[in-house]
Amino acid sequence: MRAQLTPVVGARDHAQGPPDAPVTLVEFGDFECPHCGRAYPMVKAVQRRLGDNLRFVFRNFPLTRSHEHAEHAAEMAEAAADRGKFWEMHDVLFEHQDALEDENLIAYATTLGIDPSWAAAALEQGLFRERVREDVASGGRSGVNGTPTFYINGARYDGLLHPDALLEALVNAATPE
Amino acid sequence: MSPLLSAGTPAPDFTLPRSPDAKLRLADCRGHPVILAFYPADWSPVCGDELGVFNEVLPEFQRYGAELLGISVDGVWCHKAYAAARNFDFTLLADFEPKGAVSRAYGAYRAQDGFSERALFVVDAAGMIRWSYLSPVGVNPGADGIFAALEALK
Repeated sequence: MRAQLTPVVGARDHAQGPPDAPVTLVEFGDFECPHCGRAYPMVKAVQRRLGDNLRFVFRNFPLTRSHEHAEHAAEMAEAAADRGKFWEMHDVLFEHQDALEDENLIAYATTLGIDPSWAAAALEQGLFRERVREDVASGGRSGVNGTPTFYINGARYDGLLHPDALLEALVNAATPE
Repeated sequence: MSPLLSAGTPAPDFTLPRSPDAKLRLADCRGHPVILAFYPADWSPVCGDELGVFNEVLPEFQRYGAELLGISVDGVWCHKAYAAARNFDFTLLADFEPKGAVSRAYGAYRAQDGFSERALFVVDAAGMIRWSYLSPVGVNPGADGIFAALEALK
């Protein structure tokens, strides 16, 4: 049986698109992972194509032992979420994968209107570390097998990471049999 | 080729090198669950993804008191370099001499290729296999089956 998203999408998740959309795409991603960086425009492309028929959810799965900036990048995304700016930070991080030092992260927060001293303290004190760990734990239970790993309506997507292939799988999932 | 050992089978005991100067005996791991992750080879990209993911969820395995052991036919020096390059926080065992003997004992050896299958086992505290899974060699298994098996041990 194909691996299933655990727990299912809920109120704690960061979501774009209507909650009653016929298809939900969930990504477990790492802001420093080059594969995730390449998947970022692919996700944007399917979002444009499917509009309100798609809900997109992002959960953190930083490969902290391979990517030295991944943990703080994830924590900064969660810090931004606390200030209502998750998706803005998500986009900035994927568009600047080569500049993820703490000073960069704090500068991005500042650009988004977040108090830089609070953002710095959030990283230093690990205010969002537990939140990121919850995502990683859910990734383990969901059968994440690399980054990025995607789920379509709760089932792991093992197909090609190509916009056409992903779009076809999403359309199939949205169409009643 | 013997089939993959299944749940309800006592885990065959073995002693394998865990480093250039130390060995690990499975029977010495009694008292806590052990996850055996057989994989084809160090350095191959798919394995890196699988073991990289397992490395990140080690604290979650530890919540169940479980120890993760990676096993391939690569030698100890290769394992040492690989584990250092990937910052692995778990043990890699060298099923190197006689080549693949432990993998064969678990039904997790690809004789035609000369390396281990991508196979997972959860062994309970008493040394009994409680769950096993053979993955297509090109597909990364996630940790979902391992967590379900560990949960069922409680």
